[in-house]
Amino acid sequence: MKNNNLIIETESQINNSETVGDIHVKDPRIIAKNINVHYGEKQAINNVSIDIGKNEVLAMIGPSGCGKSTFLRCLNRMNDTIESCVVKGEIYLDNENILDKKTDVVPLRAKVGMVFQKPNPFPKSIYENVAYGPKIHGLAKNKIELDEIVVNSLEKAGLFNEVKDRLDEPGTSLSGGQQQRLCIARSIAVSPEVILMDEPCSALDPIATAKVEELIYELKENFTIVIVTHAMQQAARVSQRTAYFHLGNLVEVGPTQKIFTTPQHKLTESYITGRFG
Amino acid sequence: MNNLKSRLAKEKRFKLYGIASITLALFLLTLLFVSIFSQGYTAFQETKIQLNINFDEKIIDPTKTKDWEIIKKSNFNLLIKNSISELFPEVSGRSKKRKLKKIISNSAEYQLRDYVKNNIEVIGTNQKIWVLADDDVDMLIKGHINRALPENERRIDNDELKWIKFLESKKLIKKFFNKTFFTSGDSSESEQSGILGAFIGSLFALSITLILSFPIGIATAIYLEEFAPKNNKLIDFVEVNINNLAAVPSIIFGLLGLAIFLNFFGMPRSVPLVGGMVLSLMTLPTIIISSRAALKSVPPSIKEGALGVGASKIQAVFHHVVPVALPGMMTGTIIGLAQALGESAPLLIIGMVAFIVDIPQTMTDPATALPIQIYLWADTPERGFVERTSAAIMVLLVFLIFMNSAAVYLRKKFEKDIG
Repeated sequence: MKNNNLIIETESQINNSETVGDIHVKDPRIIAKNINVHYGEKQAINNVSIDIGKNEVLAMIGPSGCGKSTFLRCLNRMNDTIESCVVKGEIYLDNENILDKKTDVVPLRAKVGMVFQKPNPFPKSIYENVAYGPKIHGLAKNKIELDEIVVNSLEKAGLFNEVKDRLDEPGTSLSGGQQQRLCIARSIAVSPEVILMDEPCSALDPIATAKVEELIYELKENFTIVIVTHAMQQAARVSQRTAYFHLGNLVEVGPTQKIFTTPQHKLTESYITGRFG
Repeated sequence: MNNLKSRLAKEKRFKLYGIASITLALFLLTLLFVSIFSQGYTAFQETKIQLNINFDEKIIDPTKTKDWEIIKKSNFNLLIKNSISELFPEVSGRSKKRKLKKIISNSAEYQLRDYVKNNIEVIGTNQKIWVLADDDVDMLIKGHINRALPENERRIDNDELKWIKFLESKKLIKKFFNKTFFTSGDSSESEQSGILGAFIGSLFALSITLILSFPIGIATAIYLEEFAPKNNKLIDFVEVNINNLAAVPSIIFGLLGLAIFLNFFGMPRSVPLVGGMVLSLMTLPTIIISSRAALKSVPPSIKEGALGVGASKIQAVFHHVVPVALPGMMTGTIIGLAQALGESAPLLIIGMVAFIVDIPQTMTDPATALPIQIYLWADTPERGFVERTSAAIMVLLVFLIFMNSAAVYLRKKFEKDIG
């Protein structure tokens, strides 16, 4: 009863509320300005602006249906595949507005890779899974270069030692955690600048999760990572900055430590202390 | 407790129903096969009579030219007549002699002519040659005519029976594997008729159907499933109509073909080309619907993964979705083709029901198809065609079983490749 009152009370509050915390960073890689997303009549994201810094891991948390995945999918225009979805606003990557109709999504998605909630390796060999991206983008001049990219990507994804003897076996024959790391290797292979991860560990057991988290930690040396997660501990473990979404609003954003120790907004506090979500 | 008991009983009962229906289906299927096989297996043999032919130079090449143009016009029938008279010197009188000659199929003279054409050096020599027996003799030898019946109730009279008995005693009449059945077209004489013409006709028509309906059907399915705008009135209209077309009786497609291909475009009648076109009209909805189902069953996450690494929509569809859906699409296509193979109604309408003796050489030669040949033979009262009808059904069934196993094999193979 008490919880419900809290939500109803705060819902009216947040409708016009500004984001708490600093949305800007010193060296931004992606700048999102006034993003509004509608699914048909329903508004999924309400005027969200946020910078994503270079080589940082930004975690996006919030209750189900708060729009964090939708926002993530705006960053490489995966929302284009949903017919009823309309995205308004501006997202700048390398001074180019990627939401512009004229932007070609093919090079954009090569620059902004994505790892999905459920591991989705192609029903092809492990080698083919990783080599597919470089092949369609023409990143390798010959077989030797391609082999190199595949081995490198698998090594970076921490999978090479486990699969080096069976690169010809289908990717679907791996375990769930291995499949997810294969998907990460697949996105690394096209040397993206940003990697988007949509709840990458939600289908994995704790040990596989630990491996993926370790990997995320290592990858931030070379990539900017945006991760959506349901597990607050995970956000605390892997990210430098955390953004809290609630009902399509970006409620609060700040350094991860600060969000989890001294949240400024009442909603953030309620969520991370487990009062709802 | 009681509840559990009744639930288990229910389950047991349901299993029993299932087993009963499968048994019934299998029993009926066996009955069908047994009846077709028992009626038709004799058609795979033909009866031949050995004649000692004297290739008399005076008859076939009186001027000693050895010129085929002259030889081919000579009277080969006379050779046969002479040979038979030698065998049965006691037969005299015109009508008896004619009756005697009738135990030999009238294809014998053409057989002799071809023989001489290929072996011109036999002129002037004696050769022992097996020639086809008449269909009534064939039936008697195969036991379809009861020798114990009174003379006026059987098609072979006492004279003929006596001659055949004589041939049997001299081992001059024998059953061979029926090569004629597999190497010739239709004929009004059952002993000379074969399935090859209809088989080739079916093959031509089916290849046209495959060439037309496979690419069109699959392209349509891929477009509708992956690229067509959703919630578009026109697309919805097209979809509803494709589903309706699948339920349209095949004879309507025949009428459509008659009106459009024959009357409007003026294409020739009775040809496999038009037959194949009509059959592809009929097969298209089946292929489109099953291909769409196959595409729908591909998990969308695969396409998303491809889009996620920067594949364009067309790359994602053709590199990842279509290969996974391909086994399903092929199965649908082969089942559609198997349907087309057994279809007769639309072919009747466009005139592929004619009596055609020649084996079609091209797609635009008049031809029949296997089911039509079965229909034509089933319509003929002669005993020789009864067994040939069953044999033709067997050929059609073997063709169908072959196609269906090809479908299963392809599906298994591609599924294995994809993993």
